[in-house]
Amino acid sequence: MYLDDKRVRIISGHYGSGKTEFAVNYVTNLKKLSKNKVAISDMDIVNVYFRSREKKDELIKQGIEVFDSSIGSSADLPAIPKEMLVPFVDKEYDYVVDLGGNEVGTIVLRRFREHIDISEVDFFMVVNVFRPDTQTVDAIIEQKERLETTSGFKITGFINNTNLVRETSAEDLLYGDKLLKEASEKTGVPIKYTSYVKEVVKDMTPEIISKLSGDVIPLKYYMREVWM
Amino acid sequence: MAKVLMKGNEATGKAAILAGCKFFAGYPITPQNEVPEYLSRELPLAGGTFVQAESEVAAINMLYGAGSAGARCMTSSSSPGIALKQEGIGYCVFGEVPCVINSVSRGGPALGTIQPSQQDYNQATRGGANGDYHIPVLAPASIQEAVDAIKEAFEIADFYRTPVMVLQDGLIGQMMEPVDFDKPVKKREIPPKSEWALGYGKGNPHIIEGIVIDAPACEQKNLRFFKEKYEVMEANEVRYEEYMMDDAEYAFVAYGSSSRICKTAIKTLRDKGIKIGLIRPKTLWPFPQVPFQNKNIKLFIDVEMNMGQMVPDVALACNDKNKVKFFGRCGGMIPSPEEVVAAAEKIIGGAE
Repeated sequence: MYLDDKRVRIISGHYGSGKTEFAVNYVTNLKKLSKNKVAISDMDIVNVYFRSREKKDELIKQGIEVFDSSIGSSADLPAIPKEMLVPFVDKEYDYVVDLGGNEVGTIVLRRFREHIDISEVDFFMVVNVFRPDTQTVDAIIEQKERLETTSGFKITGFINNTNLVRETSAEDLLYGDKLLKEASEKTGVPIKYTSYVKEVVKDMTPEIISKLSGDVIPLKYYMREVWM
Repeated sequence: MAKVLMKGNEATGKAAILAGCKFFAGYPITPQNEVPEYLSRELPLAGGTFVQAESEVAAINMLYGAGSAGARCMTSSSSPGIALKQEGIGYCVFGEVPCVINSVSRGGPALGTIQPSQQDYNQATRGGANGDYHIPVLAPASIQEAVDAIKEAFEIADFYRTPVMVLQDGLIGQMMEPVDFDKPVKKREIPPKSEWALGYGKGNPHIIEGIVIDAPACEQKNLRFFKEKYEVMEANEVRYEEYMMDDAEYAFVAYGSSSRICKTAIKTLRDKGIKIGLIRPKTLWPFPQVPFQNKNIKLFIDVEMNMGQMVPDVALACNDKNKVKFFGRCGGMIPSPEEVVAAAEKIIGGAE
């Protein structure tokens, strides 16, 4: 699964869909399997808290290169460093790019567009159908089109990350799957992954997993503290 | 309605619309920017008016105008922005203008940091405007509570004709949680706006003013506020939660995010055999008194993301300052449950 994806994996999606939690889990799992250098870029210049750069030390310890997009800890000025370009062009890298939310979050990619070989890119859209703006099939498709228009990339896979944080049930994931399947049929975009937090979704069974689309991957909370 | 997953700031904006807010004025500041962002998009669709003011000072004074005309109105800001609004809050108090002030705290003083804090406890409960006054301060600890607090704040504001503050720390503003917007809040019998608001006077003009030149009259107005507003609020508007207090010998005292950290710490401490619970004020003014009369409590351990601003209120409530201890982090730092456990063990160990 992780190794079957294209060398450059860009994680986009609606604001609050769970991109960062997915991206951080993804890159740590990828690192365990990949023989290449593995890097993650936090290109979120929208959000102020819960950014993957907060886990920089933890990721570096695991041998992952981390690029973040702020200058200095005191000013917290959003900035895209030139180093983020390297893994786009250096084929020695497996690269995960964690974007900011919504179509505005994709704008920063434009700066690298001329250096990116599109045949090397998977552009994923993370979806949580309990977020207010992606609650229906039409809304999901609208969001997909907005992301594509602004970024200049085509979405190559949906990720069903449907959740109500600690109140998530297996049923919720099946409901997300149902909506995404319909969106998938209408758009031709496959569901690549279904992700859920193992410690939270206690009623998950092998039978339900077999019903969910794509590779079903358990996540652990990196960004959310135990008391949240 | 089914639950949706929302960020605290977005949920705050939506709750304001559901509560009938018709006017919002604000100036951008992290970590509350999603409030005006959401309302700039959604409030006009709900028949309301959104204004990005030229400053925080302008925004609070726009509320003075909108509230005087009888509109449900709100502003939102963060620490240094709330500091700027203080004079206007005082005018809304003395002019008896109902309005809601959403305050999402970050580390200070001054511009400080954009990371979350509770360093604005004194700013909220003591205020920075001049004169004798109080405003109700609600302190939610979850997104659901933030939604309920915003809705209730509008009711309280109209009922007493007063500004009401909802004090959230940056974490509550930025965190995502499931929320049910249909959860009802207590409705009140609100005096008709036609009795006092501008534009309803019909030849006998209503006047909203922050000035009473004649000293005896000014004193009378102050005294009326204390009798008719503050004493009634102290009797009727106090809210708190008691968590694992039935057999408790020690009590954390915390609100907002730090109360959630304490709840996690309580599990660990109880596993170690320490009988500890939590008193969580949900209103910071009026401050709860009753739970502090519990004579079984040997020590009250105040835990805040500041340097102990609530300590005097706890000491006054339990009437024994020797029983009040403190642990906290400040300047945008969030204590971990492990740190709170260690601090509590040290404090309790020292007591026995």
